[in-house]
Amino acid sequence: MPLAFPFSAIVAQDEMKLAILIAATDQSIGGVLAFGDRGTGKSTAIRALAALLPAMRVVDRCQYNCDPEAPDSGLCEQCRERKATGKLKARKAQVPVVDLPLGATEDRVIGALDLEKALTRGEKAFEPGLLARAHRGFLYIDEVNLLEDHLVDALLDVAASGENVVEREGLSVRHPAKFVLVGSGNPEEGELRPQLLDRFGLSVEISTPQDLKSRMKVVRLRDEFERDPPAFVEKYKRKDGKVRRQILNAKDRLPDVEVPDAALERASELCMKLGTDGLRGELTLIRAARAFAALEGDDSVTDEHLKRVAPPALRHRLRRNVLDDAGSTTRVERAIEELFGE
Amino acid sequence: MNDENHVTLPDNSARWDDACLAAALFAVDPVGSGGIALRALPGPVREIWVELLRELLPDEVPFRRIPLHVADGRLLGGLDLAATLHAGRPVAERGLLAEADGGVVQLAMAERVSRSTAAYLSAALDNGEVQVERDGITARTPARIGVLALDEGANEEEQVPHTLVDRFAFVLDLGDIRLREAVPSDIDPEQVAQARRHLAAVTVDESALEALCGTALALGVDSLRASVAAFRVARASAALNGRDQVAAEDVSAAARLVLAPRATRLPMPEQPEEEMQQEPPPPEDNQDEQQDQEQTPQQEMDKPLEEQVLESAEAAIPPNLLAMLQMGAMRQRSKSSGKSGAIQSGSLRGRPAGTRRGEPGAGARLNVIDTLRVAAPWQRLRRQERAEQGKDSNVLVEVRRDDFRITRYRQRSETTTIFVVDASGSAALHRLAEAKGAVELLLADCYVRRDRVAMIAFRGPGAEILLPPTRSLVRAKRSLASLPGGGGTPLAAGIDAAAALADGVTRRGGTAVVILLTDGRANVNRDGIGGRGQAAEDALASAQAFRVAELKALVVDMSPRPRPDAETLAQAMGAVYLPLPHADAKALSGAVQAVS
Repeated sequence: MPLAFPFSAIVAQDEMKLAILIAATDQSIGGVLAFGDRGTGKSTAIRALAALLPAMRVVDRCQYNCDPEAPDSGLCEQCRERKATGKLKARKAQVPVVDLPLGATEDRVIGALDLEKALTRGEKAFEPGLLARAHRGFLYIDEVNLLEDHLVDALLDVAASGENVVEREGLSVRHPAKFVLVGSGNPEEGELRPQLLDRFGLSVEISTPQDLKSRMKVVRLRDEFERDPPAFVEKYKRKDGKVRRQILNAKDRLPDVEVPDAALERASELCMKLGTDGLRGELTLIRAARAFAALEGDDSVTDEHLKRVAPPALRHRLRRNVLDDAGSTTRVERAIEELFGE
Repeated sequence: MNDENHVTLPDNSARWDDACLAAALFAVDPVGSGGIALRALPGPVREIWVELLRELLPDEVPFRRIPLHVADGRLLGGLDLAATLHAGRPVAERGLLAEADGGVVQLAMAERVSRSTAAYLSAALDNGEVQVERDGITARTPARIGVLALDEGANEEEQVPHTLVDRFAFVLDLGDIRLREAVPSDIDPEQVAQARRHLAAVTVDESALEALCGTALALGVDSLRASVAAFRVARASAALNGRDQVAAEDVSAAARLVLAPRATRLPMPEQPEEEMQQEPPPPEDNQDEQQDQEQTPQQEMDKPLEEQVLESAEAAIPPNLLAMLQMGAMRQRSKSSGKSGAIQSGSLRGRPAGTRRGEPGAGARLNVIDTLRVAAPWQRLRRQERAEQGKDSNVLVEVRRDDFRITRYRQRSETTTIFVVDASGSAALHRLAEAKGAVELLLADCYVRRDRVAMIAFRGPGAEILLPPTRSLVRAKRSLASLPGGGGTPLAAGIDAAAALADGVTRRGGTAVVILLTDGRANVNRDGIGGRGQAAEDALASAQAFRVAELKALVVDMSPRPRPDAETLAQAMGAVYLPLPHADAKALSGAVQAVS
């Protein structure tokens, strides 16, 4: 993988950065969708995520990154067999951030017959696809709104069940595939299907900074990075390390962060006011607020936390209101203001 | 050029010089500057320019042509089928983009390039590599490229995809340059070669950076990619002129070549109108600038760099900027409103939706890769079989009939036709009856097309869904057996109900078509209270909100003598207006099928 632009060198884009930190702290929130104009640094921010993630423990020689501590149901077939005959050997590995490039074929995403083995040895073997590689990590789709429909269907299915079932070419394989979807796109190129939209925990809208100083900084840093990526990454190593520690601390703290009844009530009220579809919005709002509190080093969720995370947690879940042309961000902000005063 | 017979023709020599300068700057740093969008019809002028670029590019720089309908495999790399069959194991093939690493790819007819090809190029420009996940092959190969996009678009509708242009430093238009103006450039290939070596050493100070970023802001160039590109072009310009540091001229050149063509507003909002009418002064090139400074030396010296740069860029802004902006806005509008149409025309053939067993022919296409994939595991067995049967067992791959896989295409997405019927007044019964007939005719036909139909009626205080979206003819007949009519006309309520229902349909991934049957004369407002003025206002407001949702719609006026009300309404809704006096169910269903 080419060196990614360091996360701590990204100028402005606070909401985007916060959403990524929250998603890294609590993977159960379900990913980030970044929508914005061209040239705003959407993919830059997301690609920077990989360098921030702390290592995780995986079963040695498992091609699906199985968790040695997982119950049998969360293991792949081979690991279950291994566990039955003895202890699982663990090793440390990077949390995967897998790119799903546009134009990827279905067989590479889902997994298919291993052509090489089939052609050279006449053996029927399963070659895991991108979904297997993304297990327990992140799956990044750039230009997510241009993704082919049949791939979207496959993704939705696997994302919902956490398991990839392959029945093709005489192969019958199932393996765990739990991943966090991260997507970016330009709304002008086309809309996203609501079902897919709903899969994303947080959504952020990105625009370019309009002040001269930030813009100058972006241009300067970008150029510096592209002229000598290794040196630039080295320069920001310490700052990135600080962010990584913040995530680690937040992960530790997360189970102990309290969510008082008042905060739960607030969240419900806000969702009702906005008329969001389903319970997922409310759940995401609470979880995101808790992760944000953990990142801030706080012990319990307050109104302040809710206010900060409500726009990214809710803006993509609003029903399109026929009589309200205002953008979804404005509507969420308006509701927050009405509810929380100020 | 001051030929007396041609004094009225604008002088394009400065523009040609700029185009040549852009070629040189691109040749200095093709990868860093991303690319050039070159708008010109094929012809000698374009040939001279491309020839110049090829001359300026050093020989060791790879140059590859991408044909318009390039296969993904050829562009990105994938399985080399011939070699695979020969070797009996998968052999990867390098794509065009990987082959061009460090050099230039030339994209012919870039205005017609497919969305996916544009996306692949964008990804390569962003990452400097190609990532392949296809045909059983996973590979990453470096592909640092610059793109020369030849844009042969004849009108505003045909343009290079924005995703690509945003990643290019240069946008050139050689449109009106005449052959005799396309004089050979005096830029020397050796100068370019030297600049390429010198490039990394050039520094850019804060004031130059500020001038570029400030100019971008003043011209409303939002994308930061343009600013980064301008920054690089300024550096390439300094290298080309043998300087160690970017000077004012370099910044001006960058602003003129990179930022000005992307301007979305004029820097000084007070005087755009007059400015627009006049022919702009010819853009200065480096030599002209000197003369300019001689004319007004005092003033120029006092001005901060940013203003100088801005002036230089302003002069290069396309003269018809305002008109173009309007066109742009219209284009966006028309593009989005035509969205469902676009999907439809694309899906006549359907999206590939996997493969299935079957024999090629009769419109079905053999999927070679999948066929091979299916055949692959059996090869060893089949070889043994052949050996046992005493046949030649040296066949590398034996494909049997059972292995054939053909590409499956997905049908277009389901369309729901929503009839919204004005059930008020005296004509109500006629309208309702014909609408009902049309619903039944459509449903009978829908059985083949797998589409659905819904019906909403509005009368008296509000609107009512008479028939929720259905595919069932029986259900439609039962629901529409008795139709109430008469009373006031709550047009706004009807439109709102239609928009809400259509929204539900689109959210489920379908396409909605709204057919509104009315004469457009409202007399009941949104709150269900009578009164023509408020009712008409509400109806227009609802129509405008409807337009925002960008739904396909048809307003049918069935009154014997159509009045302009319905047409106005149709315009506000962004709908097609169709006067059909004395229409019957058959004419109606015909019209509906024509739009959907």
